[in-house]
Amino acid sequence: MASGESTRGERAPLLTMTGLRIEGQADEEWHEIVHGIDVVLHRGEVLGLIGESGAGKSTIGLAAMGYARPGCRLTGGDIVFDGIELRAASRGRQRLLRGARIAYVAQSAAAAFNPAHRLIDQFSEAPVHHRVKSRSAAEADARDLYGRLRLPEPETIGYRYPHQVSGGQLQRAMVAMAMACRPDLIVFDEPTTALDVTTQIEVLAAIKDVVRQFDTAAIYISHDLAVVAQMADRIMVLRHGNLVEEGTADSIVNRPEQDYTQRLLAVRTFRKPAAEPSAEEPLLRIEGISARYRRSARVLESIDLDIGRQRTVAIVGESGSGKSTLARVVTGLLPPEEGRLVFDGAVLAPALARRPRESLRRVQMIHQMPDTALNPRQRMREVVGRPLTFYSGLRGRKRTERVRELLQMVELEPDAFIDRYPGELSGGQKQRMCIARALAAEPDLIICDEVTSALDQLVAERVLQLLQRLQDDLGVSYMFITHDFATVRAISDEIVVMFQGRIVEQGARNEVLEPPHHAYTDLLLSSVPEMKIGWLDRTLARRGQGPGSDKEGPDRSAPPG
Amino acid sequence: MRDALSLLRKSPWSARFGLFIVFAYVFMAVFGPLLTPYGESEIVGFEYEPWGPEFLLGTDNLGRDMLTRLIYGARNTIGIAFITTVLAFLIGCVAGFLAAVLGGWTEQAISRFNDILMAIPQLIFALLILTIVGTSVPVLVVVIAVLDSTRVYRLARAVAMNIVVMDYVEVARLRGEGLWWIMRSEVLPNALPPLVAEFGLRFCFVFLLLSALSFLGLGIQPPTADWGSMVRDNATLITFGDFTPILPAASIALLTIGVNFIVDWLLHKTSGLKDG
Repeated sequence: MASGESTRGERAPLLTMTGLRIEGQADEEWHEIVHGIDVVLHRGEVLGLIGESGAGKSTIGLAAMGYARPGCRLTGGDIVFDGIELRAASRGRQRLLRGARIAYVAQSAAAAFNPAHRLIDQFSEAPVHHRVKSRSAAEADARDLYGRLRLPEPETIGYRYPHQVSGGQLQRAMVAMAMACRPDLIVFDEPTTALDVTTQIEVLAAIKDVVRQFDTAAIYISHDLAVVAQMADRIMVLRHGNLVEEGTADSIVNRPEQDYTQRLLAVRTFRKPAAEPSAEEPLLRIEGISARYRRSARVLESIDLDIGRQRTVAIVGESGSGKSTLARVVTGLLPPEEGRLVFDGAVLAPALARRPRESLRRVQMIHQMPDTALNPRQRMREVVGRPLTFYSGLRGRKRTERVRELLQMVELEPDAFIDRYPGELSGGQKQRMCIARALAAEPDLIICDEVTSALDQLVAERVLQLLQRLQDDLGVSYMFITHDFATVRAISDEIVVMFQGRIVEQGARNEVLEPPHHAYTDLLLSSVPEMKIGWLDRTLARRGQGPGSDKEGPDRSAPPG
Repeated sequence: MRDALSLLRKSPWSARFGLFIVFAYVFMAVFGPLLTPYGESEIVGFEYEPWGPEFLLGTDNLGRDMLTRLIYGARNTIGIAFITTVLAFLIGCVAGFLAAVLGGWTEQAISRFNDILMAIPQLIFALLILTIVGTSVPVLVVVIAVLDSTRVYRLARAVAMNIVVMDYVEVARLRGEGLWWIMRSEVLPNALPPLVAEFGLRFCFVFLLLSALSFLGLGIQPPTADWGSMVRDNATLITFGDFTPILPAASIALLTIGVNFIVDWLLHKTSGLKDG
């Protein structure tokens, strides 16, 4: 796709945005969030937009359709799509373009599909509405596209409802929908962020394949540079609505010039030194735990697992592997069907309500989404102070002193933060507050449930470093639930790989990460995007499902190995 | 205080109008006795005297000053309606939050009982009970509050259901917090915006129900002044082309509109809806 630079230069670009300025509304006032960005996109070219949250990448992606979200407005610059000035175009004219010549693929396919209609009905809507195809021709085309996107049973899958297919399939069905009118331009807004790595690689391959087959231009938005490097010919690095650096994918990844780009490339480089195997009795011993939700099938099947003192055990697996359920069992939210938990030599009561306050204090949890884990109507003083009152009976000045110490421990300036509400904090700061709240209880074990997955990469890295420092200082143990191998490499002592409610491999970090792997571990590890150009093509070729191949992805209905 | 002022400065004209009306009514209710020379049920002239300098809005069917009765009526009707609404919210919110936090069997029991109460038409149910137990003010307040709390329960439960699934409630549960703390500190503050808006609307409905009951003779009893019964007592005047009996009805309408303007504004603010 990176070929043809010279011929492209002679043709008029498909899309040019010059001096693009966009304002967003906050507290009934308008602030500029995109400060004069220039974008040029040629036919058949894939442009990657990368940056942290708040960089303005989604806003710019939508502006390419002449659209601004509610609460945003286009205030300056020209947007010219194939000779048409989009900002000046009437609403009717814009509507004719959207869906037909410019299409959009959203981050969450589950939220973007109407759950009350079948996939193929939603596919046919745009081509029939734009009078590109008849209904029957559109359905035939849908079946063809479903096949090209390597969806299972392409002839019939369209006649299912959104909830009847998996997340990765739904995302591919949305790509098919975007292709329905054979648009000149597709805007992909983080299309694989919500997916597991093993699913992500399939969706990426499918997207890359159809975009190449139909020579469609695309804007690919992501916060993950490794993913963008696989998809894009050219990359723009954005920050706070400004352009940091622009260049070919190769030059950005291999020869970054700006400091910020270099930092993005260097994320997750810190490593915890390998720990000595310890002989002492583990802090938590999970013995033969099996569990299920109400009348559903078993989600956990005889799990045996030890967590040592001052150790970090990473639990890895795809969604549905039961790793979060295991956390619920340990906290007592879901009493297990069989098995028992031995904490510090004593058996823990299965149900939360039967555990004494002291044992509740010693096991704390940090949630995935700091946004929903903090009560929006409580100041930090109260959030962090409540466990102090509740467990240790601290009140008044003593309590405030302790809250300030805790804030300092999580590297937040006490004077600036103690009276803030969660709404006045950034994502990383919120997660630090959650850590401070967990520390307030002075626990022995902290369960970290995907604590960095909602954070930008640079912020996530700093939070991981903080957690590591706290472990060194305080000697807590972590049960670290994640699907992200970069995190696992950085922080774990031991790794437990879970698949469909069972442990498929467990051991010290280096044992698990070094070959030979268990087949499933190998699949997981090889699906993690690497910061190398051409990684995707090479990986797919190695698995024998390269572009154009009709082969299905690996069969994952049964546990491998 | 400064926040409130700046909020007021940004408010639309409709909300200001609503606030003005409500404050005027509250002022009348509080300072009623100082605003008028006559007593609440004092007979000061002949029946149905026309408007004039002595009796600004004339007299009613027994020769009592109409304006005085209107002012006292504000006092009684608004006061009773307010207490009733507060009581309804107390019952409805506690039951709703309990149902949402505890779930399971408790929720089923409360919800089905609530359904039974809601299945019977409110006005007829109120008439029935008041006929049986009599029509003193405390009984009136309790009966209407219980009947109205069914609607509050529905809303409080629905709002709280969305809150109890949040991680911060799970954090509180994991900490071992009791039921009362979860309801008061985790659920209530986050459920407040829609509940406050609903409070305004409920207040209007209670107030209308109260007036309707009074009009039917089962509400606030004479000689206590009340807008609903004032409409009924003076209704005959309408046939003579005198619109004085419309005035208490208009007072009811005006207050309802005022409260609704404020509620709309609050809802708009808390829901984060933007124009256009």
